[in-house]
Amino acid sequence: MTIPSRQPLPLADAVQPGLRRQMMAVARRDLRRELRRGEVAWVTIPFGAVAVLAIPLAIGIDVPTLNRVGPGLYWVVVLLFGVLVTVRHTATEQGVAAVSARLGIDPAAAYLGAATASAVLLVVFEVAVGMIAVALYDIDPERWPWLLLVVPAVAVGLALLGTMAGSVAAGATATNLVPFLVVPLALPLLIGATAAFDAGLTQPGGILRWVLMLLLVDVAALVLGVLTARQLQETG
Amino acid sequence: MAEPLVLLRDVSVRIGATTILRRLDLSIAPGEVIGLFGGNGTGKTTLLRLLAAQLVPAAGTGVVLGVDLTGGDRVDLRRRVGMVGHTPALYAELTLAENITFAATVTGTDPRRGLDALGAVGLGQVIDRRASRCSFGMQRRAEFARELMLRPALLLLDEPHSALDAASTDLVGQLVDAVTGDGGGAVLVSHDRERIEKLSSRTVELVGGLLR
Repeated sequence: MTIPSRQPLPLADAVQPGLRRQMMAVARRDLRRELRRGEVAWVTIPFGAVAVLAIPLAIGIDVPTLNRVGPGLYWVVVLLFGVLVTVRHTATEQGVAAVSARLGIDPAAAYLGAATASAVLLVVFEVAVGMIAVALYDIDPERWPWLLLVVPAVAVGLALLGTMAGSVAAGATATNLVPFLVVPLALPLLIGATAAFDAGLTQPGGILRWVLMLLLVDVAALVLGVLTARQLQETG
Repeated sequence: MAEPLVLLRDVSVRIGATTILRRLDLSIAPGEVIGLFGGNGTGKTTLLRLLAAQLVPAAGTGVVLGVDLTGGDRVDLRRRVGMVGHTPALYAELTLAENITFAATVTGTDPRRGLDALGAVGLGQVIDRRASRCSFGMQRRAEFARELMLRPALLLLDEPHSALDAASTDLVGQLVDAVTGDGGGAVLVSHDRERIEKLSSRTVELVGGLLR
């Protein structure tokens, strides 16, 4: 084994890649890691499915009641289990002594990349558990098209809030507090998603304002997360 | 005279309510290799973390690679400082090649340099092995390969010989030579005084947070 004494192009001459390239690299890294760990696929989704299955056992198998409360219960499950998906990233990055920070990745790119990966995983979770909820609660298929708007909006919002809360908690060296930070912040997502779904059934025109509310939460979390990313990394 | 890579003046570092480093002065010139010794809990790793811009001085002034440790662009500084710490900073689920390629992508470095570096540290045959399935010594060599690829201006090594087999121990010296040959500097922390003294331009010792 011999290390060459000189190599061309030392780092000082390397061109720092842009935010988008760094962000995509972080997202790909996180998704690849998750694919191999299988935590979401083999732990979070099955437990989410069990929660959706267990609710009828608790409140009784009355189809009209399930049909009425089902969407709300589904979004509660998404919110609570979705937090676990976002916490996963915080814990695993800390476990490797924050390599992202060591490599000098733009904190905003690290934030957006981690949130992108979490959003993808959350969409998978929502779809997988959603199919069970639709079948179990006898939800009218006519409502499905609205989910194409609501599902990604909730996933993005929850991912952005969860990633930001993870950074806050990392600074306080208290990652177990992340769920307590995320859940209150994510309540507008829960309210918006449930209301949008109901509006989609009863008054299709009314869904727009709830979807806009979800998007507003997404944009607010995006702006706040990007603006605070550097400060949160410094205190992390 | 060339500008020093590191210039600490009267620097103290606190973690929580505890003062770990006290009124420290240190200067590192280009091409210089510092051997840092000290007993357990004397602040060796804290000093490395300070130089790697992972901690902020509580008092005094510190400039590393031209960046003020208190008010400068610490994110940019971290790109130019390489650190191999106690525990491997590799993603366990990713292969060695993927770990290296990720570092190359986010720093704008040619990934082929990283793969070449893996070969240079004797890991050319196992680049597709996940980090979690590599021994501690192999992970350490992979980190050396990453630093070789990134070629930092300041290299910080914490117990660099630990877990390396006899055939690999020369890698530490070769890596240090590669960095200092480019005009960079290095700080080596170890309990193995004999080995480190051979690699160092000078040695310093931390005792109770004070540098001697």
